[in-house]
Amino acid sequence: METKKAIISVKDLVKKYDDFVAVQGLNFEVYEHEIFGLLGPNGAGKTTTLEIIETLRDKTSGEIIVDGFSVDKHPQDIKQIIGVQLQAAGYYPNLNLIELIELFAGLYGANIKPMEMLEKVNLQDKAKAKYKALSGGQKQRFSIATTLINQPKIIFLDEPTTGLDPQARRNLWDLITEIRDAGTTVVITTHYMDEAEQLCDRVAFVERGQIIALDTPDNLIDKLVNSGFERKKEVKKANLEDVFINLTGQEWRE
Amino acid sequence: MQKDIPGQNISAPSGVRSYSNTKATLALAKASFRSIMRSPSAVVFTLAFPLIFILVFGFLGGGGTRIDVGVTPGSDVNNPVMGMLEKTGMIRLVKNKSKAEFDKLLEKGNVDAMIDVHRKVNTAAYSVNVVYTSASRDKGGILKSVLNNIFYDKTLKPTVAEIKESTITGREYKTIDFILPGQLGFSLLSTGVFGTAFVFLSLRQTLVIKRFFATPVRRSSIVIGEGMARIGFALIGALFIILIGHFFFGFTLVHGAITVVNMLMLATMGIIVFMGFGFIISGIAKSESMVPPISNIVTLPQFLLSGTFFSIEAFPGWLQPISRALPLTYLNDAMRKVAFEGLGLWDVKFQIMILLLWGIGIYAVAVKVFKWE
Repeated sequence: METKKAIISVKDLVKKYDDFVAVQGLNFEVYEHEIFGLLGPNGAGKTTTLEIIETLRDKTSGEIIVDGFSVDKHPQDIKQIIGVQLQAAGYYPNLNLIELIELFAGLYGANIKPMEMLEKVNLQDKAKAKYKALSGGQKQRFSIATTLINQPKIIFLDEPTTGLDPQARRNLWDLITEIRDAGTTVVITTHYMDEAEQLCDRVAFVERGQIIALDTPDNLIDKLVNSGFERKKEVKKANLEDVFINLTGQEWRE
Repeated sequence: MQKDIPGQNISAPSGVRSYSNTKATLALAKASFRSIMRSPSAVVFTLAFPLIFILVFGFLGGGGTRIDVGVTPGSDVNNPVMGMLEKTGMIRLVKNKSKAEFDKLLEKGNVDAMIDVHRKVNTAAYSVNVVYTSASRDKGGILKSVLNNIFYDKTLKPTVAEIKESTITGREYKTIDFILPGQLGFSLLSTGVFGTAFVFLSLRQTLVIKRFFATPVRRSSIVIGEGMARIGFALIGALFIILIGHFFFGFTLVHGAITVVNMLMLATMGIIVFMGFGFIISGIAKSESMVPPISNIVTLPQFLLSGTFFSIEAFPGWLQPISRALPLTYLNDAMRKVAFEGLGLWDVKFQIMILLLWGIGIYAVAVKVFKWE
């Protein structure tokens, strides 16, 4: 990260539900053109934090600035420059992929060619298919296509690889890396540490609504190693997933 | 005005296009319309059901006959003929109306015949003068045979009374003229209630609406876009039903195309009011399986009591006030008046006003109970 310009800054973010504090005083910044990972166990407050930044949920207190816009004052401006993939969201029933892309183009006021959007995520063959008929990996790729319609500066991906097989997962990593390389900032949540290690430029660990660590994956690992930590089993040059991919091939199974 | 909105100028530099709410609304309407056209249940409720009922009732003819016979002003009332007519249970004597009022009712077929009884001068016998109307030929025929039966009865010998008959020309009122507007109203009711309730509940539950909220679209665009699609679909259905009725079953359209346009305008008001029920149900239903029972609570009573199949006049007296409280009753009533009597929308302003009151009430509740998430 040569230029460390913050595109998202979160200050003292607090979110309270009736008798439960989901987020208690989060502080972090996401830099332009990086893949930023929010990691942590279920219920740690990752999704809540994302949805507050995405203007989908009210916060209790704190300040959030997205590309110069405050979530309090200019939520509409923020919506114009972000793309959002929700965990487990469905799409309008009875429409095929092309029609869904057209719908989102209308909602964003964007002039795009639906087929080109599908080509970006390699779904041109499924143009006339319904969303429900897609495989898990295809569904996630389609969701990512819908986040790119308004040529956003930032996209948010909430557990995009959960439930995918290793091939589909690696493919999605490639797609996400391409999107980052094209100049879009990516904020992602995941439960898979290998994924975060490979994909993310920086990661934040969230636990009980608080950030307990934030750095590049390399630095975090080095810190742990320097503290004297050692794996019980000696690390080999490949892991079982490498074996799986090697045996079953790299191509997409969909 | 627009210049004063803060933030609009700030958003410009980053190359953000000016956002069009109209475009978003139309995109939603288009998507929703496509979706409805591909949804089997929408097509079945809007078209198939009403057409089946029209077929069945169109061929069955009206059961449960009730004949309204007007008593000519000045006629003798306390005579055996009248008494026996009332005793048949089929005939209802309509009294205390002026000659001019009766003439109008006769022409429309709202009164099936007129009867005038006079004691013959200097005898114990009565002269019975019956006027039928071609607007109600079949019921006139029934009355004729009822009268004949009475006169062959031993207690009323021909010496006591003689019948003079004549027929005036009026418009022919067919079963389809009664059944079709009722079915049309019911089609609008079910499309509005079931369709709207299902769509908004499922969009909410599958987080489609939440995903929409991550785009710059306004809430009003979502509601209006959905509404436009549903109204468009309902009107196409209505037009289809009217045209099939007209060309295959001889449904009366007094002023032709103008009558159709008036009916479609009434249909639009109806569907908007009924969609309000749908919004309420989508808000209170916890799951999709709760939609049909709650929807039936709204639609079934109206289906039965709003004059969809039978004239509400045929209901017992205690039931009629309930019928007269339901919105579909007024839509059906207005539809029939516009289609068969050829009235304009202004002539049915009373019915429209009641619909409007229902609309205000329903949407007041809908705003309170509707849930976005």
